[in-house]
Amino acid sequence: MHWSSILWALFQILIFPGLLFLVALALAAEFVDRKLYARLQNRLGPPWFQPLADLIKLLAKQEVVPDLADKFMFVVTPMFALTAAVTASFYIPIWSHQALCSFPGDVIVVLYLLTIPTITFFLGGWYSRSVYSMIGAARSIMQLFAYEIPLFLAILAPALLAGTWSLSGMSLFYAHRPLLSLLNLLGLAIALVALLGKLERVPFDAPEAETEIVAGSFTEYSGRLLALFRLAIDVEMVVGASLLAAVFLPFGMDFGPVAGFGLYLAKILAVISMLSLMRTLFARLRLDQMINFCWQIAAPLAFVQLMADLVAKGTIARGVMIP
Amino acid sequence: MKRPGRMFHEVMRSMFRKAATVRYPFVKVQMPARFRGRLKFDASKCIGCKLCMKDCPSGAITIQKVGDKRFEAVFDFARCMYCAQCVDTCPKKALEATGEFELAQLDRGKLIVTFKNDCPVAAAAAAPAGTATATATAPEPKSDAHE
Amino acid sequence: MGKNPEPRGVRVAIGPQHPALKEPESFSVLLAGEKILESGVRLGYNHRGIEKACEERTYVQDLYLIERICGICSHSHSTAFISAVEEIAGLEIPRRAKYLRMLIGELERVHSHLLWLGVAGHEVGFDTLLMYTWRDREVVMDLLAALTGNRVNYGVNTMGGVRRDVSEDQKKQVLTAVDILEERTKYYIGVATQETTLIQRLSGVGKLNHEDAIHLGAVGPTARASSVKRDVRKDDPYLAYDEIPFNVVTSDHNDIYGRAVVRCLELMESYNMIRFIIANMPEGPIAVKAPRKVPAGEAISRYEAPRGEDVHYVRANGSEKPERVKVRAPTLANVQVVSHMLKDGYLADLPIVVAAIDPCFSCTDRMIAVAGDMAAINMGGTAFPGCADAGSKARATWEQVRQHGIEFYRRRGVDFARLNETFTAGGR
Repeated sequence: MHWSSILWALFQILIFPGLLFLVALALAAEFVDRKLYARLQNRLGPPWFQPLADLIKLLAKQEVVPDLADKFMFVVTPMFALTAAVTASFYIPIWSHQALCSFPGDVIVVLYLLTIPTITFFLGGWYSRSVYSMIGAARSIMQLFAYEIPLFLAILAPALLAGTWSLSGMSLFYAHRPLLSLLNLLGLAIALVALLGKLERVPFDAPEAETEIVAGSFTEYSGRLLALFRLAIDVEMVVGASLLAAVFLPFGMDFGPVAGFGLYLAKILAVISMLSLMRTLFARLRLDQMINFCWQIAAPLAFVQLMADLVAKGTIARGVMIP
Repeated sequence: MKRPGRMFHEVMRSMFRKAATVRYPFVKVQMPARFRGRLKFDASKCIGCKLCMKDCPSGAITIQKVGDKRFEAVFDFARCMYCAQCVDTCPKKALEATGEFELAQLDRGKLIVTFKNDCPVAAAAAAPAGTATATATAPEPKSDAHE
Repeated sequence: MGKNPEPRGVRVAIGPQHPALKEPESFSVLLAGEKILESGVRLGYNHRGIEKACEERTYVQDLYLIERICGICSHSHSTAFISAVEEIAGLEIPRRAKYLRMLIGELERVHSHLLWLGVAGHEVGFDTLLMYTWRDREVVMDLLAALTGNRVNYGVNTMGGVRRDVSEDQKKQVLTAVDILEERTKYYIGVATQETTLIQRLSGVGKLNHEDAIHLGAVGPTARASSVKRDVRKDDPYLAYDEIPFNVVTSDHNDIYGRAVVRCLELMESYNMIRFIIANMPEGPIAVKAPRKVPAGEAISRYEAPRGEDVHYVRANGSEKPERVKVRAPTLANVQVVSHMLKDGYLADLPIVVAAIDPCFSCTDRMIAVAGDMAAINMGGTAFPGCADAGSKARATWEQVRQHGIEFYRRRGVDFARLNETFTAGGR
């Protein structure tokens, strides 16, 4: 029992649906994003293997740790970023209602695990001791406080309606009441926008605005460490898309693993396409504009979503509406 | 009137249009007829007036006398700025600008080209690159001193 | 306390090497958080010695060298230079040559302004606008290549006229291209004036009010966006600009949004001008025979480049080579406005504020050595006040140099103090 189960667990963590699968998916997601971005701009875009080629190139390059940087923190933060993003994926149901691991309250854990990469961007940038990195780090953390509230509200509202703090439980709840998930469409829109902030993409890419602060937190990073950071962002994109798919689009998980997996891919493709489209359409917002937007528009709308879910819960409890 | 996502329609239309990108090294680009590319020299028309040498802004042309009323030209395409002033200057139309623009070379010597009897011979092939450069640049200070 | 305390903040160097800058130039800003407390500009990273090199080449050779001062307004510099030379030589170029020079000039303005729109988009992270404007800019670039033989360094000017004529087919080609570009420009005007995120980044940023624009000597679209109606094509028409109907576009937004609007509307003006030029192109030769040697004399020529007023000064001494060539590129006039516009702005706005003057730093860099013996630069025979007694180690302050310049010209009958007043009063 021991050995076989440990081996099976290791296989799940490292290969499928763990690290290796996620990395492959992340690279595919980066390709889709870049290709779509290019096509939307009437360009040709990269070939399918470009993200992999970039990764290999970066892995092969020399990494330079600045003299002034805190060596330990500088090296450790990219690993933390990747680990956190991969770990978060274990709690998200992918092709069935049951995630790899699941316990009541895992939705909170996933949201916090997805916060860790941003914290590592801050720490990595701050300990680089370069002025651009430090400005980028400060911007990262300020932006975190702006988008995190709408994101949490938007994701917790459906959980409130489902009456469970477990993603697997939520998935099961909405799969049996598909009409109720239509109620959460506003939440989906807010979560998409907040995800843009989390991934630090246009229009919320002030923390790594190329024309202002070179590459923000990542200015001093090179070689393998930069590759890890970039991979972490890609994995975060996939995990974020999976989270949104599990919470807001919980359809078709009862058709068996193959169809379920195909549908899952279609769902995250849709989410990633939306992210690419938004990055095509907008100019970069200044940090103050971004924070104003999140607090004045996104957060109140997320509250509206929360209220809607609370009202729906009340009516269901009284037996008025049982889909 | 402000509209977020003003470019939405344009952007979506692009998805179904051919990309504007030209796949350059795989698809050759045709230069317009007037393009001022690599120069061509017709040694049979040259009368050796050396006006092109005098007018060349970057000193890329050397006309050498090789026999009775016979001249040959050495072009340094690394120095040439492709203004084609020499083409306009030449009274006998011995010079011509072609549409050729793919001139990048790893070896500088290959950019120094000697035109003999209408057929260009790369200096590097005809003689060691060093001597070719020397012949191309040596006459310059002399002609300056004359003026 | 005594001395003023050093303002507290972080000093950030933008440049000489920085992704926001397409050419090396150094901007140093003192930040408090995201806010800019102080800023400084340092020029001089791109000095190429072009003016000196011009003195060692013949006029024909200089033409191609001058053209390479700028990669975008190459025709502006070459026309400004050759106009000055032709004035000294007393050459009257044929009318058709004038029209051809204007045609290329306006096409150049079109490609320069489209380029600017894309760069502005890129600086505020709106790369989609960059990709689309630059895609459409290819239309005018290809057209210029077909007309002149090169996409950038047209090499179309020669002493006494132009080198390339425009055939009937090419006229049609120009008109078709202009129709396409006009339609596209209308679309970009729509984007620039309606896209919310873009307006948020441009509107109210890089403020420059009317008075400051005049006092700091801004030129071109930068000045016109502060409702300074200043355009050499109207104020001091060169070539045949007095024969062409067009409006000087101004805006009273006083910010980057205004500058974007001015440039977009100038594009529309340029399209109409190009149509007029094509329709009214006079027949005749395209060049007159020009002498190799230019008689002694001097001339100043002004040209409205896409970025603003471009001034060339040429002094000839009767030989084949000029004795002195002086170039004042429009960016030099505008670059001091940048520091003013950055004040109390945000770091995030720095790239777009710098880009809004459409800078061309390598055109700008010239060398002025004001050091050592004052007698060396004491052109008019008067000593600098306060410098005469300081011995050979004295240096003139900027104010002294300015006063000296005003005095120097007053003795020659030009009163800049009065000229300034008339500009301030009648400029609007």
